[in-house]
Amino acid sequence: MSETVRTKLEMAKTPEGVEGPGFFLTSMEKAVGLARKNSIWPLPFATSCCGIEFMATMASHYDLGRFGSERLSFSPRQADLLMVMGTISKKMGPVLKQVYEQMAEPRWVLSVGACASSGGIFDTYSVLQGIDRIIPVDVYVPGCPPRPEQIIEGLLKIQDLVGNESLRRRNSEEYKKLLNKYGIE
Amino acid sequence: MTNSAQDYLPIVYTIIVAAGFVVTTMVATHKLGPKRKSKKKLESFECGIDVQGNARIPFSVKYFLVAILFVLFDVEVIFMYPWAVNFRDPDGAGPLTGLGIVGFIEMITFMAFLMVGFYYIIRKGALKWED
Repeated sequence: MSETVRTKLEMAKTPEGVEGPGFFLTSMEKAVGLARKNSIWPLPFATSCCGIEFMATMASHYDLGRFGSERLSFSPRQADLLMVMGTISKKMGPVLKQVYEQMAEPRWVLSVGACASSGGIFDTYSVLQGIDRIIPVDVYVPGCPPRPEQIIEGLLKIQDLVGNESLRRRNSEEYKKLLNKYGIE
Repeated sequence: MTNSAQDYLPIVYTIIVAAGFVVTTMVATHKLGPKRKSKKKLESFECGIDVQGNARIPFSVKYFLVAILFVLFDVEVIFMYPWAVNFRDPDGAGPLTGLGIVGFIEMITFMAFLMVGFYYIIRKGALKWED
């Protein structure tokens, strides 16, 4: 057998808590956060070249599955993370918003690439100048298009948010206000 | 060794634990998870596009007839694959080990029976789409 590449495997870090022989105690929030952040199911909303980069990110070379996200969801019902990749024209805007609204809580949004984040080079009447005009965005990934490493970095940032989110956040007044700002009930 | 009803107690425990796990998980996820039951959320998912009409409309029974006839003759063709493999030389031992002329006549007979059925459905007008 030829030389095998061995990389150091890293397990998910144990959250703070009380440990003893045969048991482990931690807060509900930390346990749920740990489970959520390591099994994010993304919904790819790929409309242009960033989508091609995303395909590379999903494929064997970069393999988003290493981070617990190999299961793409093409229905918003089972998705946790909406990945918007590519130019969103103003005609596409309501469609994107509808898909976002039909996702189950808790939901996160990752805006990949210059077009989704700000309209990019398409400073024209027909293109939405950033998806944050219609839906709240959690993490932006710059680049035109970004490399797969950058998309992975974006996902890791989302994982940080997911892991540290308070369980009460989605029921809070603050969050409701944020949604209302976008005209979402 | 005697068998008593008590010996089956572990099975009862297993059933209680199995059912209890399902019920607890279902109740817990429904109670704990955040929800947003807005009107748009509860609409049926049509890739973000407005729903048009109702999915529950009557279909012509002809679809069913054509589909079921297709399955019938489709299966017939699938039968021919193993037959064709075994027809001449099934295990590479030479042409004489195959089904030969007897197998050929058998398949012709089989096909002929089905062709009679095919002729019947055509004459019956089962494949006629327009009335």
